[in-house]
Amino acid sequence: MSVLVFLDQADGHITKSSFEAANYASKIAEQSGTTAEAIVLGTVADDLSVLGNYGVKKVHTVSDPSLNNFDAQVITNVLAQAVAATGADVIVFSNSAAAKAVAPRLSVKLKAGLVSGAVALPDFSNGFVVKKTVFSGKAFAHIAVTSAKKIITLNPNSFTIEMGSGIAEIMPFAATIDTAKVTVTAVNKITGEVSLSEADIVISGGRGLKGPENWGLVTDLAKLLGAATACSRPVADIDWRPHHEHVGQTGLAIAPNLYFAIGISGAIQHLAGVNRSKVIVVINKDPEAPFFKAADYGIVGDAFEVMPKIIEAVKKLKQA
Amino acid sequence: MKILVCISKTPDTTAKIAFADNNTKFATDGVQWIINPYDEWYALVRAIELKEADPSTILHLVNVGAVDCEPIIRKALALGGDEAIRINSENTDSFYIASQIAAVAKEGAYDLIFTGKETIDYNGSSIGGMVAELLDLPYISHAFKFDLEAGNALVVREIEGGEETNKVALPVVVSCQKGMAEQRIPNMKGIMGARSKPLKITEPIAADSLTTVGSFDLPPAKAGVKLVSPENPEELVRLLHEEAKAF
Repeated sequence: MSVLVFLDQADGHITKSSFEAANYASKIAEQSGTTAEAIVLGTVADDLSVLGNYGVKKVHTVSDPSLNNFDAQVITNVLAQAVAATGADVIVFSNSAAAKAVAPRLSVKLKAGLVSGAVALPDFSNGFVVKKTVFSGKAFAHIAVTSAKKIITLNPNSFTIEMGSGIAEIMPFAATIDTAKVTVTAVNKITGEVSLSEADIVISGGRGLKGPENWGLVTDLAKLLGAATACSRPVADIDWRPHHEHVGQTGLAIAPNLYFAIGISGAIQHLAGVNRSKVIVVINKDPEAPFFKAADYGIVGDAFEVMPKIIEAVKKLKQA
Repeated sequence: MKILVCISKTPDTTAKIAFADNNTKFATDGVQWIINPYDEWYALVRAIELKEADPSTILHLVNVGAVDCEPIIRKALALGGDEAIRINSENTDSFYIASQIAAVAKEGAYDLIFTGKETIDYNGSSIGGMVAELLDLPYISHAFKFDLEAGNALVVREIEGGEETNKVALPVVVSCQKGMAEQRIPNMKGIMGARSKPLKITEPIAADSLTTVGSFDLPPAKAGVKLVSPENPEELVRLLHEEAKAF
């Protein structure tokens, strides 16, 4: 018996949200008197023994480069073999693109109940109950998993890591790898940008910025704070900004430490995607903008006057 | 070619989210029900476009739900599609629902199965992947571009911080999101035509549920916004740094 966590990688590096998932898995293991083990697929450049600091005892690696080609069916079959070999009865993923493709398949293969988008550790007081976001972030549900094996995908930025110290044992895992049916023919990734779903700080702009030429107010502040940039739906719809920056009910749901919204009125669909942010700042010239009701801090004012001063003040703070 | 599009009934995106019966049930009073936007705007409309490009395409819709799903099924048929199948069952467990859809899909031997990337109520993102595994088919999730080329599907899907192009031979299951197609409004001809399209009702197969919904809760209310004067935006930076410790 153990808890197995799938570590996602991007360009050979373990993702930030995978470290959260690893620590989350180790806390589940602690509570159920077992140990957490991890599995990594494909070629990885990182030193995996540091996973010990997150509570993981063993890291199983399948470093076959064919696994760099993502086919959910192939990955699922490798993970099922790892589950059998480790005897895991709880499998944890960070709720990433890979998890969304693989976790449901694995759920069927193992007949394991799946809770996707978990935001807290399972409650063992009455079975195995996991809190997750529902209604696109407007509410939470407590889901009881009734099957013997269980799968959880953990939302990024939902679980606070508690570091310990330890060295994880690295163990190559000999898996049978199927021939992929899906071929990746092209990858187009924006490198050097902070990943929006994992970012601690997100600076976001709406129609109030009047045009893509004014986006320097968003990107300058983001650069100073090491933040990711986002936008409201109308802004993506009229192609001022790329679609992958759209946060809200039909876009990405995020939960950063700080969400800084400039010129966004805060329609209910937008709030759904950002209301799990810890601190929300709203800059809007309309005092009636609904976003102020969901905000922690705000300025009722013209972004074109206010933002340059804010950027200057942050610059000074960073230099101090 | 045969296409199956899975559609689900969800509350309208502006519906008030509240709970009844000691927070164990979604409060449905006054709620408008719609086709899950990902199922409608992206999965269904893209399937209709494929049928428009090749009129010999057979397009079926499937829904797992009770009789109160029929208005949204008729609306979907008004947009397009040849017939709909309603599997007469209410359930919230994704494995159970996927098992029902897989049974219908197997029977119909479809070349292409489309779902939305998730429903806007349970946000499970799981039906497509589960159906694919149940049918032993490849699965591409979160697609925002889909084209056919000589028996292959060329699909662009979202990955963290970018996109990936996949090539796969049919049959395949694809979950769809924004970008796949443009939202359409049913026209009068479609609405009239939908009335005479077949809506078949089948009873569910025996399948397990692996999860149950216990209770719901709402996020804690915010304490209220602290407003800073537009004359002194530097104060906001100070508060975020010293009070909120946000940077």
